[in-house]
Amino acid sequence: MNSRTTTFFKLAVMAGVLAFPAFGSAFYAELIAKVMILAIFAMSLDLLVGFTGLVSFGHAAYFGIAAYAVALLTPKYDPANLWLALPASVLAAAAAAFVIGLFVLRTKGIYFIMVTLAFAQMAYYVFHDTPLGGGSDGIYLNFKPDAAIAGWAPFDLNEPRHLYYFVVAAMLFVYGLLKLVLRSPFGRVLVGIRSNEHRMLSLGYATFRYKLAAFTLAGGLAGLAGFLYAVLFGFVTPEYLSWHKSGDVLLMVILGGMGNLAGAIAGAVALVGLQEIFTGVTKHWQLLMGLTIVAAVLFMPGGMTATPARILARLNGGKSNV
Amino acid sequence: MDFVSFLIQVLNSLQYGLLLFLVASGLTLVFGIMGIINLAHGSFYMIGAYLAFALTSMTGNLMLSIALGIPLAFAFGALLEWALFSHLYKRDHLEQVLLTYGLILIFEELRSLAVGDEVHGVSIPALFSASIPLSDNLSYPVYRIVISVVCLALAGGLYFLIQRTRLGMMIRAGSHDRDMVKALGIDINLLYRTVFALGVALAALAGMLAAPISSVYPGMGSSVLIISFVIVVIGGVGSVWGALVAALVIGFADTFGKVLLPDLAGLMVYLVMALVLLWRPEGIFRKA
Repeated sequence: MNSRTTTFFKLAVMAGVLAFPAFGSAFYAELIAKVMILAIFAMSLDLLVGFTGLVSFGHAAYFGIAAYAVALLTPKYDPANLWLALPASVLAAAAAAFVIGLFVLRTKGIYFIMVTLAFAQMAYYVFHDTPLGGGSDGIYLNFKPDAAIAGWAPFDLNEPRHLYYFVVAAMLFVYGLLKLVLRSPFGRVLVGIRSNEHRMLSLGYATFRYKLAAFTLAGGLAGLAGFLYAVLFGFVTPEYLSWHKSGDVLLMVILGGMGNLAGAIAGAVALVGLQEIFTGVTKHWQLLMGLTIVAAVLFMPGGMTATPARILARLNGGKSNV
Repeated sequence: MDFVSFLIQVLNSLQYGLLLFLVASGLTLVFGIMGIINLAHGSFYMIGAYLAFALTSMTGNLMLSIALGIPLAFAFGALLEWALFSHLYKRDHLEQVLLTYGLILIFEELRSLAVGDEVHGVSIPALFSASIPLSDNLSYPVYRIVISVVCLALAGGLYFLIQRTRLGMMIRAGSHDRDMVKALGIDINLLYRTVFALGVALAALAGMLAAPISSVYPGMGSSVLIISFVIVVIGGVGSVWGALVAALVIGFADTFGKVLLPDLAGLMVYLVMALVLLWRPEGIFRKA
């Protein structure tokens, strides 16, 4: 696909998403909102995995920490103020990522994968075992945050349509922000670290700081996704931080195609779509999911976004370059 | 804590740590030698436990079941290596993570289809069902001591295998330089298959041994997997000796954590890991 068709395709999808609540059912609108939130989550991980070369297997920790933050900030019989709860949740996730990053970024490769997993597991136990997080049942979020500014409410998150467009805006914001970040000198350094960290070090870049900044930013954006997820579904459980969740989001990034923000979004669409289809087929839907994952790894290197080019190359009789 | 309770906790720590070592040794061997990150390793532990359950309900004897189960697990490992893992050696760690993550889902669901989602018990063999009285009201089960002894014997056997035998020499050489080993005329594919099958058999054996004391339940592999990762990280990837030391450290941290700091019990293991990594980011026994 050349860049013009790609742009056209993206715009058409975006128009469909924006127009959807006008004609689609509430059920599917919620499903699309869920996909968009997970797309934010996947894009935030792609900043690490795809662009900086840091394979984090504990990204669900930041998603879950922000989700718990909004649940804990919401009083029992009143809504929290959106303009306080949102930044507070995102900052909590970013702060956790900063502190954990100080530890995990000292390690590399296989160690990094396992250590990020272990730290996420630690966070899981904090919410699972202490009275703070309400144990394995989690916490209900009885009220969605209130968007009022000094008595004037620009929108109401209890209104499904308002919440839907709030999520759309958040996803576009994250997409745009990450595009800007990646285009900036900072983003170029990150990509440089992925291809050769030693070279970046010799060039005089304090790569640890860059990685820590990327890790913190990714944690904060994962937190934004966690915040939205908690608000959309109205409850949080320790499962939000479980390593299965970290596995799922990694899966989205790889299925979609690493180092490609649109790929991360496509991966989120594919994973949620497959889940919907498979759960309709059988109670043992995870078996189908597992087989799909194995087949995808064996037969679809490079992910979905690389596949059209691979097929075209195959049809033209040449070898694909991915 | 009086002396007898303390002694019991020490014995429990040793038993738990040694059992974890069995699982982690296979994980670290497969990492260190084949360069494969295998998330499905915890599933082999679970498969072992279910194997013990299924075989004992047929034979009525746990020891006989274990004797039957070990070659079955070894063969299963060899088959899996041939069908799937042999395609992963040249792949990125990321793809290995993903494929083995898919395998976990497959194994869990196949288990659910085959034996359902109930919790099962496996009875302790009659021979070892006694307890040793330690004081008026405290005693220690013989079976736990048997587990510790078996694990210690296996640790010794593994050391002997790796340090003193021809196969061990090839394993050590294979972890350094795959191509050189190949050039020397050693069948590297067979070597890898053996190492992988050995890892599967060790994890399954741990599951079979643990079945009577931990019972047999869905998802039992995942907690063991994460703890094994922690052990491999603390010990240093590829170091069997490191895995033994780290497994014992974790056994003690977890057991005494539960007694002394019950609120932090779940965290204890990870706190130890964080401290070790601050001190040595590549594990305690990582070779340079």
